[in-house]
Amino acid sequence: MTPASFDGLMPIVILMAIAVALFLGGHFLSVYLSPKKPSHLKSTPYECGEEPVGTAWSMFNIRFYVVGLIFIIFDVESVLMFPVAAIFKEMNEMGEGGYVLIVFLSFVSILLEGIAYCWKKGDLDWVKSYQISANKGKK
Amino acid sequence: MNQTIVSYLSKYEFYKTLLDLFGGNESLLAFVIYLIAALVVILVCATIGGFGTYAERKISADLQARMGPNRVGPYGLLQVLADGIKMITKEDIMPFAADKFLFYLAPLLALVGVFATLAVVPWSSGFALTDLNVGVFYLIAISSLVGLGIFLGGYASNSKWSMLGGMRGASQIISYEIPVTLSVLAIVLMAGGMSFGTIVGQQKGLPFNWYLFHNPFTFIGFFVYFTGALAETNRAPFDLPEAESELVSGYHTEYTGMRFGFFALAEYIEIFVVCGVAAALFLGGSNLPININIDILPLQFVEIIIFITKTLLLYYVVIWIRWTLPRLRVDQLMSICWKYLTPIAIFNLVGCAIWMVAFNGRSLADLIIGH
Repeated sequence: MTPASFDGLMPIVILMAIAVALFLGGHFLSVYLSPKKPSHLKSTPYECGEEPVGTAWSMFNIRFYVVGLIFIIFDVESVLMFPVAAIFKEMNEMGEGGYVLIVFLSFVSILLEGIAYCWKKGDLDWVKSYQISANKGKK
Repeated sequence: MNQTIVSYLSKYEFYKTLLDLFGGNESLLAFVIYLIAALVVILVCATIGGFGTYAERKISADLQARMGPNRVGPYGLLQVLADGIKMITKEDIMPFAADKFLFYLAPLLALVGVFATLAVVPWSSGFALTDLNVGVFYLIAISSLVGLGIFLGGYASNSKWSMLGGMRGASQIISYEIPVTLSVLAIVLMAGGMSFGTIVGQQKGLPFNWYLFHNPFTFIGFFVYFTGALAETNRAPFDLPEAESELVSGYHTEYTGMRFGFFALAEYIEIFVVCGVAAALFLGGSNLPININIDILPLQFVEIIIFITKTLLLYYVVIWIRWTLPRLRVDQLMSICWKYLTPIAIFNLVGCAIWMVAFNGRSLADLIIGH
């Protein structure tokens, strides 16, 4: 790769640099212009006017982590489909459309199988999954 | 090499004059052109984002038979400026228990993520800052930074409301990324390339050449994309991360002054980008309604106006939806994403693939009108 072929990536770096500059500029401007009268009450986390109880960094509902896990699986699978999709038209024009379609469909069916499995297990529900697993235990 | 604004401008005579001015140093000239173009793009987007807040209030006032802001300047147009000054001069408060580094970092991440997406927005056939050959893919990837910023903002505040908002935001943004990605994938599959130039270039001419009307699957795909995009930008009816009636203000409860302003700016620019991508992928982007094969510079500006008009119309729809529909519940949110949108998006994807093979990539209008 010649240096010139990296030129196309320059705007991305420039835009990010401008974002950082804007952030720092706005920050220092506000430090310079804004009043500073700190007090203990001001810097307590807002909890409806009451004294905050404990920290917010505590145990959290497991649902959010399950959603995160499902997301990773689906995201990786959809990322893997991008290269196939990008050459699909070209292959179709070459007359290989049927072959690529079969490969593509078999890959999508894996994705579908994944979502069907999650659905069956009740992981796509927000609250009901506990009832489903409880019913399973009874059988 | 990718088509960029520099490679577009190099076709013209004045580029050579400029090159002589810079002593033949192409990279330096490219840097200067990119810098100017990036500043212009950011200025335009920040203006649109700023007036987005104004438009939001005016339109909501209109829908609720109120006046809306009308004190600052003619028709309240200077309200944006007044808000900006107010944000800068507000005291900067940080909760004593917060994670200081992450608290500073979170709005920056959101801002960087949004600004980086602006690099591939296809303003016209020649004027895109850079038309990466992985354009759509890059856009989906880099816009995830906003979700990270929202989550970190919620986490670092060490406040219960922020934590709830940040967690909801993270789970919502990552969930709705799946239907959005799959809808975009269907378009990539039909266009045969991931760059915006390729995708927009295939939709030349009258509206029936747009991908929206290409086949029934893309028609549904547009609505899947738009719904998912609304959720990804945390707009009502999907504004659970900042649900003001239950979570105070969600992930930015503890943010004051300028840092809150950056979150708001990032959100409004992101809506613009998302609408622009919808216009480019499904609504023909910057194409003129007629086919003319002249490539002159003034025509580019007409194309830019067409693109911005389409985008702003979608922007209006976004605001309109916000003030019309009530907010969803969190379990409804998840079931809409995983049980409706994702299967529909997969169905669309498979449908598009079969359509491509069965009809050799021809559009519905093409099939009806004939050979």
